[in-house]
Amino acid sequence: MSSTEFIQQLINGLSLGAFYALIALGYTMVYGVLRFINFAHGDVFMIGAFSGYYLSPRVLPYFTGGLTPLGPVAVLILTMLICALLGIAIEKLAYRPLRSRPKLTVLITAIGVSLFLEYGGQFVFGADPKSFPELMPDRALEGTGALTITTTQVAAFVVTIILLVALTFIVKRTRLGMAMRALSNNPTAAALMGVNIDTVISFTFGLGSALAGAAGILFALSYPSIDPLMGLLPGIKAFVAAVLGGIGNIPGAAVGGLILGVVETFVGGSVFSTYRDAIAFSLLIVILLFRPAGIFGRTQVEKV
Amino acid sequence: MQALKDGLLMNIFTRYILVPFLLATAGPFVLPASAQDIVVGEFASLTGSEATFGVNSSNGVELAKEEINNAGGLLGGRKIKIVMEDDQSKPGQPSAAVKKLVASDNAIAIVGEIASSRSLEAAPICQNAKIPMISPGSTNPSVTEKGDYIFRVCFIDPFQGTVMAKFALDNLHAKKIAILQDVKSDYSKGLAQFFKEYFTSHGGQIVTDLSYTGGGTDKDFRAQLTKIKTGQPDAIFIPGYYTEAGLIAKQARSLGIKVPLLGGDGWDSPKLTEIGGAALDGCYFSTHFSVQDKNPKVQDFVKKYQAKFHALPDGMAPLGYDAMMILGQAINTAGSTDGTKIRDALASVKDYPGVTGNITIDEKRNAKKAAVVLEVKGSKANFVASVPP
Repeated sequence: MSSTEFIQQLINGLSLGAFYALIALGYTMVYGVLRFINFAHGDVFMIGAFSGYYLSPRVLPYFTGGLTPLGPVAVLILTMLICALLGIAIEKLAYRPLRSRPKLTVLITAIGVSLFLEYGGQFVFGADPKSFPELMPDRALEGTGALTITTTQVAAFVVTIILLVALTFIVKRTRLGMAMRALSNNPTAAALMGVNIDTVISFTFGLGSALAGAAGILFALSYPSIDPLMGLLPGIKAFVAAVLGGIGNIPGAAVGGLILGVVETFVGGSVFSTYRDAIAFSLLIVILLFRPAGIFGRTQVEKV
Repeated sequence: MQALKDGLLMNIFTRYILVPFLLATAGPFVLPASAQDIVVGEFASLTGSEATFGVNSSNGVELAKEEINNAGGLLGGRKIKIVMEDDQSKPGQPSAAVKKLVASDNAIAIVGEIASSRSLEAAPICQNAKIPMISPGSTNPSVTEKGDYIFRVCFIDPFQGTVMAKFALDNLHAKKIAILQDVKSDYSKGLAQFFKEYFTSHGGQIVTDLSYTGGGTDKDFRAQLTKIKTGQPDAIFIPGYYTEAGLIAKQARSLGIKVPLLGGDGWDSPKLTEIGGAALDGCYFSTHFSVQDKNPKVQDFVKKYQAKFHALPDGMAPLGYDAMMILGQAINTAGSTDGTKIRDALASVKDYPGVTGNITIDEKRNAKKAAVVLEVKGSKANFVASVPP
C-alpha cells in the first residue's frame, strides 16, 4: 500500500468515523446518566435525516441563492431542535413511567420505540429510498495533491468537532452539566441535594437527540439516499463505538467512533472487502478482551 | 392475583393478537374472487431499496391485464384478476408472499420478481405446487434451473455480462477493468463472473475485484474506490442495483476517478440519476429496451404507458407487460387454467413479438433476445448499441 493510498484511506475512515462518533455521544450520555441503553437513538438519527429532507425546500428559499452557507446551517439547527423535542418526548412518554421498574423493562421498551419509529417512518415517509437535496456543493478541495478531501467531509468533521467541544463545555462548565455529573455519580444523593432529576434527564435526552439529528443531516449530505431503516446499522455501529471507547465516557465515544470508522475503511479497501463488518467487529472484540471496560472506561468495583 | 394477571394476559392476547390474526388470515375466504375470474398472483418490490423495479414492472403487468380484459378476456370471456403482494425488497418476504398467493388466493400462475435473489426464493414454492411462474426480469441463470415450471421473458447474465465485456473491449477499447460487486445479490455475482470470463479470455485484465453489501446496508464505498483508483483501470464494472450505483458514482467522482462506470439492467431506474446526478454522465449500462427504439411496437407501448402512468417507462415496465401478455397467450393456448397445461403452452412459445424484442422460450425456459446498451446523459439514458443474442 502506497503512502498516498494509506493517507487517503485514513481520511476516508476518519470522515466515516465522525458520523459514528456523533451518534455514539448520544448513547454514551444517556448511559452515563441513566445506566440504560436507548436503542431508539439510531432512529432519532433517521428522523434527523428526514426532517432535513422535508425542511430544506421550505427553509432554503428564505436565504437567497439557496446555497449560501446560512441556509444549510438553519436547516441543521432546526433539525437539531426537532430531534431534541422528539428525544424529550420519547423519554417523557415511554421511559419516565418505567423509571422505577427493572432496567430490562426500559430496555425492551426502547426496542419497541425503535421499531415504532422505523415502521411508523415507513408508513409516513414511504419505504422507498429518497434522494437527499444537495445543501452544499460537494466537490474536492484544491491543492491537496493526489489526496482528495471533499467539502462535505470537511463540513462533517468541522461540525462534529464544534459539537464535541460544545458538549464538553456544557457537561464540564455549566450548572446543568454539573447536575448531570452529580446524577451520574449518585442519583439519590443528587436528588437530596436539590437536583431536579426530571429536568436533568429531559435535558440529557434532548442534547443526545440533537446530536443524532445533526449526524442525520451530515450523513445524508455525504450519502444522499435516505430511507426509514437507515438508522439501524449506523445505530448499532455507534453503540459498539460507545462501548469500545468506554460507555458513559464522552471522549471515549468520539475516539471509539473514529477507530471503528478507520478499521472498517481499511478492511473495506483490502481483498477482504466481503468480510468488512465481520473483521471490523472481530477486531473490536479483541480490543474489549484486553480492556473490558473500553479504552477510556474504568472498571468499577461493586461495593457490598 | 397471579390467576387474575394470567386472565388479563389471555384477554390481551385474544383481543390484540388472536382476533386480528384470525381476521387477517380469514380475509381471502370472506371475499372470494368471482368464480369467472382467472386469478394471477404477482409479487414485486413495491417498496424498499429496489422499489422502482416492482412499481414499474407491475405497471407493465397492469397495462397488459387491462388490454387483455378490454379485448374480451381469456378462455371465452373470463377476466384476469391480479392479486398483488409487496415483498418490500427484503429477503424472506417473497416466500411468504408466494405461499399466500398459491395457498389462499388460489392463483393459477405467478408473475414476479425482478431481483434474482427474490425469484430464487419463490421458485421452489411454485415448482412444488406445479404453478407456472414467470419472472419478468431476473437474469441470474439459476432461477429457471429451479424446475420446469419456472420461466422468464428476459435474457440471462452470461449473455448480459458478455455484452458489457464486449462493449468495454470493442467500443471503449478498455484493457484494464476494476469490478465492484454486491455480495448480497446473486444477480450481481453472476454478472461479475460472466463479465470476468469473457473479458479475461479476450485479452483484457481485471486489475481489482472488490465487493460491498447491497440492499441499503453499505453507503460508504470510499474504501473500495480508493483501492480501485490505485489500480488505474480504464473503466469500472459495477453490476449492482441503482441505489448503490448512484452513491458509488458520486463517491467515485469526488475521489477523482474519471473513467466510465459500467453496469447492467440493475441500473435501469429513474432513481439512478436522481441519486447519482451528474456523476453518472458518460456511464453505460446494458438493459432490455430503450424508449428511443424506433420500432412501432415500442413506440406504441411508450405512448400507452405514458397516457396511463404519466411517466416514461424504464426497462422493467415492458418486461412486466411482456410477461403478462405471454402468460395470457399461454392460458388461451392451453385452453384451461390447469398449471401443467399452461406450463406446456409457455414452453412452446416461439417468436412472440414482444415490446422487448422477439421472444423465444428455449429448452432451459429462458428467453433468447437482444440487449441494448445505453449511455447516461443528464437524467436520460441514450441508445448506443443493440447486441443480438
